[in-house]
Amino acid sequence: MKHEGKVWRYGDNIDTDVIIPARYLNTFDPKELASHCMADIDATFAPNVREGDIIVGGRNFGCGSSREHAPVAIKASGVPVVIAASFARIFYRNGINIGLPLLEIGADALKIHAGDKLRVDTATGVIEDVTTGETFHAQPLPGFVQDIAAAGGLIHYIKQKK
Amino acid sequence: MGMNMSEKILAKHAGISSVHAGQLVTCRLDMVLANDITAPPAIKIFEGIGRPVFDNAKIALVPDHFQPSKDIKSAELAKIVRDFAHEHGIVHYYEQGRVGIEHVILPEKGIVAPGMLTIGADSHTCTYGAVNGFSTGVGSTDLGAAMATGEAWFKVPEAIKVTLTGRKAKDISGKDVILTLIGRIGVDGALYKSLEFAGEGVAALTMTDRLTISNMAIEAGAKAGIFPFDAITKAYVDGRVTKAYEPVEADADASYVQEVRIDLSALKPVVAFPHLPGNTKRVADIGAPIAIDQVIIGSCTNGRLEDMEIAANILKGHKVADRVRCIVIPGSPAVYKEAMKRGYVDAFIDAGCAVSTPTCGPCLGGYMGIMTAGEKCVSTTNRNFRGRMGHVDSEVYLAGPHVAAASAILGRIATPEEVK
Repeated sequence: MKHEGKVWRYGDNIDTDVIIPARYLNTFDPKELASHCMADIDATFAPNVREGDIIVGGRNFGCGSSREHAPVAIKASGVPVVIAASFARIFYRNGINIGLPLLEIGADALKIHAGDKLRVDTATGVIEDVTTGETFHAQPLPGFVQDIAAAGGLIHYIKQKK
Repeated sequence: MGMNMSEKILAKHAGISSVHAGQLVTCRLDMVLANDITAPPAIKIFEGIGRPVFDNAKIALVPDHFQPSKDIKSAELAKIVRDFAHEHGIVHYYEQGRVGIEHVILPEKGIVAPGMLTIGADSHTCTYGAVNGFSTGVGSTDLGAAMATGEAWFKVPEAIKVTLTGRKAKDISGKDVILTLIGRIGVDGALYKSLEFAGEGVAALTMTDRLTISNMAIEAGAKAGIFPFDAITKAYVDGRVTKAYEPVEADADASYVQEVRIDLSALKPVVAFPHLPGNTKRVADIGAPIAIDQVIIGSCTNGRLEDMEIAANILKGHKVADRVRCIVIPGSPAVYKEAMKRGYVDAFIDAGCAVSTPTCGPCLGGYMGIMTAGEKCVSTTNRNFRGRMGHVDSEVYLAGPHVAAASAILGRIATPEEVK
């Protein structure tokens, strides 16, 4: 899948509590979760994010709680892909499982800035920063994890296998 | 090349003789766990798959986060879990009054055992490494699928060997060990890896210390935090675990990507400053006193009987400082009852603490101790992220039960030595 969008840039160790604070976890409705997405780190995100915008984080993006509500809130905000230097393990797994592509690019993440326009091909992992003219390459997904991602998430994958 | 403890458990559950780090395997699961926040979306996923539960005795549903229900929406979540549990005859479902904090009751009731493979839709599922199991947190989709299939895929993690030496001093607990470790390797120091504990220092740690240490492996990014099986593990699981179990031991030539050594005898009381569990400082190095508004003693990290004992022995005969709220939350009905029998609850109430029924409540900013802007809390919980316990401008300082109880009395971050 190819995506083009504007960058919302965040730092290292963005935890799932700031992506979706626990006080909003009394629901699992994606739209309602999206309305509080990033509330405790960037109150401007939820009201201003546009369909197709891309989140770029630093190291250990999505650390902390296993709440799947975090990638769900991001996906329901219209963000089609998250790019980071590295992802926390459970968040990474959850992203693949719910069909939110996550691209890991190490220190190259530092070269992408807030407001940059990106062109991203999640199949090849090629990221083009249209604003700066730089191109980056993400790590490919390992083995059958690629199949889960290609199926659009774990449930579609299980149903295909059945 | 031999195998470490994680590799042995994953190989056995994948039905193959050996695995190595980096390999992708599909494993049979011994237990799958969810709570009142993560089970409802998992149930929706499960129902979408359209199969029966793989085994009604291998699913644990523990409504502990927002329960007893804090509002109408959390009552709806509880109802979804309750209805599902009754419909599918889930053996390990616990109603209010019988429920405790998930990671306190699963080991306490012998639901998790040495050598077992557990996934839980809660990041602190890594707690069961303390009883020599491989257990790790997942999201609701993995959990919902696992309730149907009894399987999950894993990437076999690389392992960091944490060699413990010496014996810890009085007033030092497992919390000081794990906060010191996270402070040293960082909150992503064990990302995608397992922590495997080893060394003669292990024998100096109680089961409560080990449960606290394994519980916070995730705060270093780890997939699991596993202790070897020894006489202390055996004494703990015997009488709790009713079925046969197979402990695992690391081979002498097992491979590790890194070794970290911790001399337990050199540890001092520490706290983790806002807003990361790795911002560890020795209490003695704090400098200007930090006045506090609240103390929380409890959680899946420090809500066990030994934690209650430590706190009660410090609080007994003292009063909580005038401007401080101290909330004590025993982690299970059994802990609560024994704490009453032993007079700990009397000590808490006489000191001016609020004592609550078991709940995760304040740890994740759910309820029962939410802070407003500018407030500071010393907490025996596991995370001090921005806004974790309420207002985005409140602060959480993580500590063990010794420092938490002493801080409640003195109204500032303090060690028991400072309490006269």
